[in-house]
Amino acid sequence: MTLDLVPIWTVIVGFAVFMYVLLDGFDLGIGILFPFAPDERARDVMMASVAPIWDGNETWLVLGGLALFAAFPLAFAIIIPALYFPILAMVLGLIFRGIAFEFRASARMGSRRWGRAFFGGSLVATFAQGCVLGKFVLGFEVNGRHYAGSSWDWLHPFVLAVGVGLVFGYLLLGSTWLVMKTEGTLQEWARAKARIGLLGVLAFIAMVSLWTPLLDPRIAARWFAWPHLAFLAPVPIATAAIAWWLWSSLRRGADVAPFVAAIGLFAMCYLGLAISLFPYIVPPTITLWDAAAAPQSQAFLLIGTLFLLPIILMYTGWAYWVFRGKVKLEMGYH
Amino acid sequence: MDLDPVFLSRIQFAFVIAFHFLLPALTIGLASYIAVLEGLHFATKQQVYLRISTFWIKIFAVAFGMGVVSGIVLPFQIGANWSRYSDVTANVIAPLMAYEALMAFFLEAGFLGVLLFGRKLVPQWAHFVSALMVAIGTLLSAFWILAANSWMQTPAGFEIIDGRFVPTDWLAVIFNPSFPYRLLHTVTAVYLTTAFTVIGVAAWYLRHGRFVEEAKVMIVMGLILASVLVPAQAVIGDLHGLNTLKHQPQKLAAMEGLWETRAGVPATLFALPDEAAEMNRAEVSIPKLGSLYLTQSWDGVVQGLKDFAPADRPPVAPVFFAFRVMIAMWAVMLALTVWAWWLAWRKRLFATTAFLRAATWAIPAGYVAVIAGWITTEVGRQPYVVYGFLRTADAVTPSLAGSDVLASLLIYIAVYIVVFGAGVYYLVRLVQRGLVERPGEHDVRPDERPARPLSAATGSDG
Repeated sequence: MTLDLVPIWTVIVGFAVFMYVLLDGFDLGIGILFPFAPDERARDVMMASVAPIWDGNETWLVLGGLALFAAFPLAFAIIIPALYFPILAMVLGLIFRGIAFEFRASARMGSRRWGRAFFGGSLVATFAQGCVLGKFVLGFEVNGRHYAGSSWDWLHPFVLAVGVGLVFGYLLLGSTWLVMKTEGTLQEWARAKARIGLLGVLAFIAMVSLWTPLLDPRIAARWFAWPHLAFLAPVPIATAAIAWWLWSSLRRGADVAPFVAAIGLFAMCYLGLAISLFPYIVPPTITLWDAAAAPQSQAFLLIGTLFLLPIILMYTGWAYWVFRGKVKLEMGYH
Repeated sequence: MDLDPVFLSRIQFAFVIAFHFLLPALTIGLASYIAVLEGLHFATKQQVYLRISTFWIKIFAVAFGMGVVSGIVLPFQIGANWSRYSDVTANVIAPLMAYEALMAFFLEAGFLGVLLFGRKLVPQWAHFVSALMVAIGTLLSAFWILAANSWMQTPAGFEIIDGRFVPTDWLAVIFNPSFPYRLLHTVTAVYLTTAFTVIGVAAWYLRHGRFVEEAKVMIVMGLILASVLVPAQAVIGDLHGLNTLKHQPQKLAAMEGLWETRAGVPATLFALPDEAAEMNRAEVSIPKLGSLYLTQSWDGVVQGLKDFAPADRPPVAPVFFAFRVMIAMWAVMLALTVWAWWLAWRKRLFATTAFLRAATWAIPAGYVAVIAGWITTEVGRQPYVVYGFLRTADAVTPSLAGSDVLASLLIYIAVYIVVFGAGVYYLVRLVQRGLVERPGEHDVRPDERPARPLSAATGSDG
């Protein structure tokens, strides 16, 4: 077994996590927007726009987690304990978000309560995921094959700031999804919210971009040294261009372009993160190759993954296709 | 007070996985039942199957959603509280779990939306296929997660390099010695749980004179399944037990409450195992019967717990009692099945109030049985997490303080009380609301998509 499978597993795990961020990102964003919606009918439409697909979207989190566990187990065994409480908050937030889907409509009396659970769960899960990302950039204290810090080391202003930043990020994804899936006053409302989301996201991108090199001299060295500069320089330029496209497509009244642009914005941030941290999967010490599972384990799972992943993408695409088009306001609960 | 992170992490994992398993205990069987009903409707065009299916799809939607969200907790539990276990076993265990996600979770989730909301949007055959795919997904999920669990019970197909498990033979890993028995035993158990849930709900309707036609169909279908699976489970369970005797003798000894290794061991009906004194108190047993069903000989020799060092024995009392609770629940199902056949022969099945009431009261039997069964097998594996190779005490996350785990455990308990309390409340309300909607309410016209997530649960029945 001489073939190095680490690069392909890096791509697969990275793809699964990115799919999760995009797909559950707009679900969670809708949850964050929920209490600010104009009325109950609008809330019904917002939930309906994701009801048939949220479960599949959340499955990418399970795949991302388990693919990390299977392909890079050492990273799984260090990162998850270091984030003990953010992960706890995330799964509990996802529980409340998920059951709110199931219970809100069934409870004619408790509808408001489950609406609040939908909002609270989405907000907490998003903030916690932002903390995971922030702590990931900040790095982990490692001793041998174990996390050496405490369960509270993630409490750092930078980590919390990234948490807030992701709230704006998902808000942007959620509101642009609604721009695509709704019409009339709700769509107008979503456009306004998308602008807020975009401004928030840009502010946090700027802040994190300034703060990160100050925090971490290794990243600073990498950013401003040749040849990394050549790889990295297009990222902020593309980010600015996409942000401009998003803003103008919102003004133009486009339906689909804002959502596509929001995805592009996330892709650029993700790319920037990858360039900044590669080849470390547990910054600043453990590389992808250090953390890799035994080659026969990576190979065994890869065979099935290469076969199943395209099939998954096909029937997931079919499920989206069945529920394509605008969700109509008149279909609201009466 | 000294808080032990190992003990608290064990309690926490047992708590979250036990509550989670209550849902697949229903949804695995229900997914298959819905696929059968959709298939019957597709083949016979009889509306009664459609009405029954539409009703159970509502229940399924809520139970499945709760199963998904409580299931997401589990892989993160493994990483957060059991990082040494994760590091040491990942090469073997993690691909099995990842295959569960790839084969099962996406299949379920991808077709669930169409099953719940798409009846009017896709051709009837596509809706039936969606029901089938969801059912197959639940069974594939059981396959992979039970392969992983069975490997922890009876590890095979690996070598140990630098203290970590490395696979040498994947077929031996997956089809490890206890896997076929555990898979059959568990799937049979959850099918029975579903069958008696369906029978119990239908009996409640019959007793109140509601949905009489549908309720009779449900009882007959449930009874047919139970008549096959209740006796079959006795055989499967016995074979599973013999497999345990061969591969995990101290678990079997704890289940049977056997301390001494000797010939002609009794079958212990009841006792109070005293671990300090290494003996049973207040024992009620049938001489020599144990040897007969464990060794097929009245004088067969069976190993007792004293053959193993105290540090290598599981806690005896929880295993001993959980095993008996499981058997008692099976006996309840057997009694109901026999009673039902007796009444059917007398042509009084649907008219005997006492039976209908008992059937409704027996709904929890299946759930109690599966949880008791899991307690038997998981506590019986102790003090190991990977039997014979990795002790539970060596599997926990080193960075965890006891207070961290206590905090998370208390939060889990508080959240689960709210979530599962509400879940049971809404499931009971859905059952009370019944099969037919009041006219004009929640009606989804064919050209409309349901606007609310629970439209599948509260919506029309085409």
